Amino acid sequence: MVGNYDSTKKLSTPLKNSQIVQLTAGDLVEISGYLYTARDSAHQKLFELIKKQGKLPIKLKGQILFYAGPTPAKPGYPCGSIGPTSSYRMDPYTPLLLEYGLKGMIGKGSRSIEVIESIIKNKAVYFVVIGGTAALIAKNVKQCEEIEFKDLTGEIIYKIYMNNLTAIVAIDAYGNNIYDTEPQKYKSNK
Amino acid sequence: MRSNKLTLKEIKASLIKEKVKELFLEANYQISLDLMNLLEENLKKETSPLGQYALEAIIENNKIALSERLPLCQDTGLGVLFLELGQNVHIVEGDLKEAINQGVREAYEEGYFRKLVVDDPLFERKNTKTNTPAIIYTDIVPGDNLKILAIPKGFGAENMSTLAMLKPSDGKDEIINFILETVKKAGANPCPPTIIGIGIGGTIDQSMIIAKKAIFRKIGQHNTNPKYASLEEEILEKINCLGIGPAGLGGNITSLAVHIDYLPTHIAGLPVAVNICCHSARYARGVI
Repeated sequence: MVGNYDSTKKLSTPLKNSQIVQLTAGDLVEISGYLYTARDSAHQKLFELIKKQGKLPIKLKGQILFYAGPTPAKPGYPCGSIGPTSSYRMDPYTPLLLEYGLKGMIGKGSRSIEVIESIIKNKAVYFVVIGGTAALIAKNVKQCEEIEFKDLTGEIIYKIYMNNLTAIVAIDAYGNNIYDTEPQKYKSNK
Repeated sequence: MRSNKLTLKEIKASLIKEKVKELFLEANYQISLDLMNLLEENLKKETSPLGQYALEAIIENNKIALSERLPLCQDTGLGVLFLELGQNVHIVEGDLKEAINQGVREAYEEGYFRKLVVDDPLFERKNTKTNTPAIIYTDIVPGDNLKILAIPKGFGAENMSTLAMLKPSDGKDEIINFILETVKKAGANPCPPTIIGIGIGGTIDQSMIIAKKAIFRKIGQHNTNPKYASLEEEILEKINCLGIGPAGLGGNITSLAVHIDYLPTHIAGLPVAVNICCHSARYARGVI
């Protein structure tokens, strides 16, 4: 399925610094292991919990947050369609979560300067998957469990087990960003 | 004196509910064949390896969604409906809006779709848990049919849409600049390759409504006015020179089509609305 990219790096969660520093923007990776979903409202709640109580209901150390909310699972399926939402909406909350040990994020679209600086400072990585491919991505999800903020319809935090999810390293721990470099290569004047 | 013979067609509200439900179920599982063919064609044109990868993933996704009846996207959309209601139709045994909202409710429940509507946009933001109310536009037309265009509109692209009240002297060049700036700024967020709906003229509100409706005409079909048709081509070509590419990962396919619609406007105005739609341009049409 994959275009000209036939060498993918295998990653498993929780992520270690030794793995992260070897990733370069543009790399294709396959991610396996448990990760958590979190969208706008969940981010806001996590952010407020840190500010007010200094602690979180989930341990973020080494973890990956997937900016996604699945559709309800059909009978016989472990998870509904699940794809990335635009990451920029999480930008105001992300640097603080990275300070609290978050190591990876999966979403779509570019990030703010503050987030990129925090990614460098905290040796983290930002992955992207293709927006609008939620039925395809769901094939990689083997388990999906509601774990936090169950009152947030459509924005609950799920713990999911991902098996070989293909993702692209969009911003690496050195601050290289494919959203800056790749479109430049195909720009033309007309 | 001869009495005027009035012929009315009665349509039961329950029939409208069923049709709306059927249309939203279909739209969330199935991409039109025209759009699928266009994605395949554009895959051949794309030179960026990451762009090709994104297009291949999109095509595969659409095939899985269709064959297994799974939602194409986790953003199963805000329900938007354009109705053309024949003036000789009499809706009986219920209320039109309620029938439509009930159809949306049932589709989102039975289809295992995500419910995405919050009641109060600013303060409470509490999910209504039914994906209603839907947004309904009704046009009264001659005839005795009810035509329904059902659109589950995703918000990744809706959030990137823009509107400008240009000056008549700004003309075509400023319109092009405004559209290119919108697409550039949107980058990867509206899930390219996109379909760009453009509404020119009318009032500030009408320009956006026709922009939205323009997205969902047969994909790639040009405006019947040759001047607007050539503007559509020019804008598409310029967008695809921006380099954004599929999923914003770089490439020469940033948009699949540009559809312009226009309306007469005030002597002092040149409203321009840009409504963006992601590659998952979901819609279904029905007639009762």
